[in-house]
Amino acid sequence: MQAQVLEGGFADLPIDASYAFRAVMTAMARPGDIVDVSGAKPPSPMSVAAGVVVLTLCDPETPIHLALSHDMPQVRDWITFHTGAPFVAAQDAMFALGAWDALSLADFPLGTAEYPDRSATVIVERQSLSHDGVVMRGPGIKEKTTLSLPDTRAFETNAAQFPLGLDFIFTCDDRLAALPRTTRVG
Amino acid sequence: MSDYNFAYLDEQTKRMIRRAILKGLAIPGYQVPFASREMPMPYGWGTGGVQVSAAVLTPDDTFKVIDQGADDTTNAVSIRRFFQKTAGVAVTEATSEASVIQTRHRIPEQDLRADQILVYQVPIPEPLRFLEPSEVETRKMHALEEYGLMHVKLYEDISQHGDIATAYAYPVKVEGRYVMDPSPIPKFDNPKLEMAGIQLFGAGREQRIYAIPPYTQVVSLDFDDYPFQPTKADHACDLCGAEDSYLDELIVDDAGGRMFMCSDTDYCATRRKQGHVGAQGVPYKEDAA
Amino acid sequence: MYVAVKGGERAIDNAHAWLAEERRGDTSVPELSVAQIRTQMTLAVNRVMAEGSLYDPDLAALAIKQARGDLIEAIFLIRAYRTTLPRFGGSNPIDTEDMACDRRVSATFKDAPGGQVLGPTFDYTHRLLDFKLAADGEVGDAPVVAHNQTATPHIMSFLDRENLIQSEPTGADIPDDLTRTPLELPASRALRLQSLTRGDEGFILGMAYSTQRGYARNHAFVAELRIGAVAVEMDIPELGFAIEIGEITVTECETVNQFQGSKTQPPQFTRGYGLVFGMTERKAISMALVDRALRWKELGEDNLGAPAQDEEFVLYHSDNIQATGFLEHIKLPHYVDFQSELELIRKLRREAQDNISREAAQ
Ligand SMILES: [Zn+2]
Repeated sequence: MQAQVLEGGFADLPIDASYAFRAVMTAMARPGDIVDVSGAKPPSPMSVAAGVVVLTLCDPETPIHLALSHDMPQVRDWITFHTGAPFVAAQDAMFALGAWDALSLADFPLGTAEYPDRSATVIVERQSLSHDGVVMRGPGIKEKTTLSLPDTRAFETNAAQFPLGLDFIFTCDDRLAALPRTTRVG
Repeated sequence: MSDYNFAYLDEQTKRMIRRAILKGLAIPGYQVPFASREMPMPYGWGTGGVQVSAAVLTPDDTFKVIDQGADDTTNAVSIRRFFQKTAGVAVTEATSEASVIQTRHRIPEQDLRADQILVYQVPIPEPLRFLEPSEVETRKMHALEEYGLMHVKLYEDISQHGDIATAYAYPVKVEGRYVMDPSPIPKFDNPKLEMAGIQLFGAGREQRIYAIPPYTQVVSLDFDDYPFQPTKADHACDLCGAEDSYLDELIVDDAGGRMFMCSDTDYCATRRKQGHVGAQGVPYKEDAA
Repeated sequence: MYVAVKGGERAIDNAHAWLAEERRGDTSVPELSVAQIRTQMTLAVNRVMAEGSLYDPDLAALAIKQARGDLIEAIFLIRAYRTTLPRFGGSNPIDTEDMACDRRVSATFKDAPGGQVLGPTFDYTHRLLDFKLAADGEVGDAPVVAHNQTATPHIMSFLDRENLIQSEPTGADIPDDLTRTPLELPASRALRLQSLTRGDEGFILGMAYSTQRGYARNHAFVAELRIGAVAVEMDIPELGFAIEIGEITVTECETVNQFQGSKTQPPQFTRGYGLVFGMTERKAISMALVDRALRWKELGEDNLGAPAQDEEFVLYHSDNIQATGFLEHIKLPHYVDFQSELELIRKLRREAQDNISREAAQ
C-alpha cells in the first residue's frame, strides 16, 4: 500500500472530527454559509473539504458512491483505509462524491414517504465556491442569501420533491457550503 | 480528562448521531430514527439530549445546562458535570456566555444568537402518540400529512372546556409540513421556537432526533376563532420585577401564600444585577446568592 | 424576603457519600467479595448478563455488588459499560447441538438419544427454608458423572425427519443488531428474539403466562430444554478459517406448538424458540412462548388482540432499563409544566364561573 493511502487522516480523531462536524452542521443548518474546514489530506482529485466530510461522516455503515470523476484507485484506497465505507452503485448510496457533471442525480435514493431521511447526501466537488451566484431562500436562511451553484433547475426539481430529496455539500479546497432539500433557489 | 473518549461516546456512535442530526436539519420537524446508545444516566433523564450534545460539542465550547429554566436543579448539575468530566468543556450559567445549551422544559428568556445551539431533552417525540399509540400508524400519518386527528383533539378540548386544554408540549407545524412536539416546554415558549440559533431535539429512549434550523417557520396549531395564546402567570417576578418572563409559583407559608419568580434563573439574576428589584426582592449584592 | 435554594452540587455529593456507606452496610460484618457473588449468586449473575447483553460473570458480579443487589440497577451498569466497548466483529452462530449439557430435559418424549439429564435444578426440591444454611453452607460432594462427549441431537431433529415440525429458513445473512440500528416495525424474527432475550424476565414471564391463560393460547410443549457450555467461534479473514474465541453457558428452549395446515399443506407442528445467556431457564421458556405468540402473522393465524401477539406492545415495553428510566423520571421536577396547567385550569374555571353567573343573571 502506498504511503499516501495511510496518511492524510485526522491527526487527533475525536477532536478534529468534532470541529469538522460543527462546521458541516453549521453549513447544513445555514444553507449558503461558506465554512472553513481542515485536518484531512486526501489524494487528488479530492479536495481537503471533501476529505474532511468523508472522514467525519463515513464508516463501514455508510455505503458510498464514487462518480467517475473520483472513482480511482488512490481515492478508493484512501477512503477504505480511513473509513471502511463500502463502495456501491448510485442507487444504494448513502453518500456520493464527485464533480457535478459526473454525478447522475436521478439515480440516488430520495428517501421514502415514511423515511425521507433515507436519502443520499451528495458531496459535489467544485472549482470555485463563492457568494456570487443564485438567490436561495428557505429554512436556515434569514430572508435570502446567494451561492455559486453549478445549476438551478436540478435544485428546483429537488426542492419540489420535499420532504423527499437529496442534500448537497459543495466542497472547494478547504471550504464547504451546503444546500439541503428545503432550500428554494432562483 | 478521563479514560473515556472525548465527550464519552465512541467515534462510530458519534458519526451515526451526526448523520441523523444533518438529516434532521435537512427535513425540519421530521423525527429521524437513530440507534440510541445506553448512557450512564437513566433513560428519561436526558439521554437523548446528552447524546446530541456529545455529538456537537467541541473542546472550545462553553456549555450550559438548565432544567425547568434553572442551572442548579440536580439533574442539570449532573449533566453539566458529566460533560465537564468527559469533554473537559468550560461551563457557565450565563445564557449569553454559552455556545451550547442543553435544556429540559424551557427556552431561555434571552433571545439566542446565531452562534448558539439549543439542545432539547425530549421524553416522547411523537406529537400524535397520545392520540394513536402505534408507531406504525403515526409514521403513516406523518408520511401522508394526515393530521386530522390532532385537530379533532384540539377541537374536542374547545367543545368540552371552551378552550384548547394543552398547556405544555403544545404541538407545532414546522415549515408547513411536519407536526412536531416541541418537548414539554410551556406554550409560553412556543413563539421562541423561531430563532436565530440551531435547535436540536434528542429522544434517547424513543430513538429519535429532530431539528429546527435557524429562521424556520414554526406555527403553533390553533383555529381562527381560537387563536394560540402563549400564556404565563398574570404577575411580575417578585424578585426582579420582570413582566415578560415565565414564572414559577411558590407556596411560601402555611396559609397558602404565593410568590412568583422567574423560572429562568440566569435571566432573573442578570436583571437583579442590573438593579431591577421586584416586590419581595432586595437590592442585589455580590455575595447574596 | 426569599432566598433561592441553591446547592444542587453539594446535595448530589452528599447523597453519593451516603449511598456508598449504605452499600457497604455494617462494617463489623465482612465485606462481600466479587468472587463470592460470582460463585455463590450465580443465578443473579446470569440474569444480569442476559439482560445486560454482556457475557462477563466477573463484571456482572461487580455490578451486583455496586448496585446493592438491585438487579435492574446492575443490568443498567452493565449496559452502560457495554456501550463503550469497541466492536471487533460478529461470531459465527453457536452450535447448541455440540453443547456440553449440564441439564437437558424433554417434556414430549419419555426418553431420547442423549437421555434426560436433570442437572442442578430446583425443580424437585421441597421449598422448605433450610435453616442449616443460616449457620453453615458447607456441603458434601455431589456424585460425578462424566459429560457426554458426543453431540446431543436436538429433539426437534427427530420431528423434523418426519416433516412433522415446520422447518425454519437458514441463511448466511447477518441479522440486524438491535443495539446498532433503531427498531423498525414490523421487526424481523431475529430482532424480536434479540429484544426478548434481553427483555425483563418478569415482563417476558408475565407475557408468556398470559398466553397460557388464554390470551393467544398456543399450546406449547417443551420439546427440549438444554443448558450447558458452547464454544464461540469467529471467522478470521486473515487466517481463512474460524477459531474458538471462548466458551459461554446458555439456556436453550424449543417448544413444539399446535399445528397448522390447510387443504394443500399437510399439518405440521410449529415452533417457539428461546435462547438466553447463562442458566436462565424460566426466562428461556418464557421467551419461547412469547416468540411463538408473536409469530401469528407469518403462521397465518388470527390476530386475537392478545397483548403477547402485539409486536409493538411487547418490543417497546420489554426493556427494563428503558422502562425503569422513564418510570422514575417522573421524580424529576416538572414544575414548569405543572405551572402551565395551573394557569390553564384557573383560566378555564374563571370562564366557566363567568358563564354560570351570566346564565343565572338572565
Ligand atoms: Zn425575575
